[in-house]
Amino acid sequence: MEDLFTGKLVRLAGVDPDEVSKSFAQWSRDSEFMRLLDTDPPRLRSSRSIKEWIEKDFEDNKDMYWFAIRALEDDRLLGDITLSVVDWGSRNTFMGIGIGAREFWGKGYGTDAIELLLRYAFTELNLRRVSLNVFEFNERAIRSYEKVGFRLEGRERQVMQREGRRWDIIDMGILREEWMENYGYNISDL
Amino acid sequence: MGKPVAVFLLLEMLYAKISPCKERGSKRRFIMLNIQTPLFEARDIRLGPIDYEKDPEVESRWTHDSEFMRLMELKPVRPLAPAMVKKGYKALEKEIEEDKNLFYFTIRAQEDDRLLGKAVLEWIDWANGNGYLRMGIGSGGDRGQGLGTQALGLLLRFAFAELSLYRVTVVMPEYCQAGIALARKFGFVEEVRRRKAVLRDGQEYDLLVFGLLNSEWTQAGSPE
Repeated sequence: MEDLFTGKLVRLAGVDPDEVSKSFAQWSRDSEFMRLLDTDPPRLRSSRSIKEWIEKDFEDNKDMYWFAIRALEDDRLLGDITLSVVDWGSRNTFMGIGIGAREFWGKGYGTDAIELLLRYAFTELNLRRVSLNVFEFNERAIRSYEKVGFRLEGRERQVMQREGRRWDIIDMGILREEWMENYGYNISDL
Repeated sequence: MGKPVAVFLLLEMLYAKISPCKERGSKRRFIMLNIQTPLFEARDIRLGPIDYEKDPEVESRWTHDSEFMRLMELKPVRPLAPAMVKKGYKALEKEIEEDKNLFYFTIRAQEDDRLLGKAVLEWIDWANGNGYLRMGIGSGGDRGQGLGTQALGLLLRFAFAELSLYRVTVVMPEYCQAGIALARKFGFVEEVRRRKAVLRDGQEYDLLVFGLLNSEWTQAGSPE
């Protein structure tokens, strides 16, 4: 059996609410990071308030799988990645990722974390597909999603307003069979 | 010299549009808000509040109709006793109070006020002017009579003319044929096809996302 949590550049680790809330309070001061992460206008929340929110989220969302992303080289916390099971009947999910530490943007760390998450989704949770939304101005993320095998499934027109104009949200998805083909798995392997 | 004439005609048209609202004998020329237009009334149906006495019994019956529930819900469907439906209403009204991003209407018959269905605007993102719409006519006998068309007309008018949303989104599995036809009638555009996102009876179905912009709604006018 494979090590599900270790990739080439990063590992997936448990979320410590205290540590992640402190890091997130720092990352959220970078408005570019916040505006790539969410449609909500950014708020500068205290690490205490973020910690309470994280703990409540763990409590309320039993169907969310939430990992800290750490660099293999020095174990530094870079960001987080989540997988929310939309419904178990159809085994469909949404993923989301944020790399808060700017030095790690555009160097393959996020891509590596997504590859780990997909393997977890398809081989441990036995899901049928993973969906995601990304803003049309987040080109770096779109390239990364395409690299790991997500396919474009459409555009929600003019969903967002930023800097005086409207922007589309792009919808992407990857099916279990596509993932298996990309990574050279056979049905009998799983 | 063509242009000034055209402009003059346009002004005259505007004046004609404005003048019915003008107070008799005064010089005021602004467009009045058409406040008499009822937001919650259509020919055969009206939008109303929850009735805690009567509605739980009716909605409980709907939840025992798996075909209806599979059109309304993506999660595995389950029958609910009237007491549980009532509990759900309380949770819903608490959520409305706290989150302030949800509008919930019951669809009721004009003739006797009985419960016909529900019409919901949810997950409203105020900063971006975006909301999700969900609607259903609960009893099979009430479907196919244009009641949904009347309800959707009211709900969209509420979303665009009252809440001033920029766009409204509807998500439906591809097997919801009546719902898809209704959305298209109002000008909704298919924007996303989440491949095989729904699994039911061993069949895989695409999940469709439809969007309608306020500008598209305004230009088209209501199909009614």
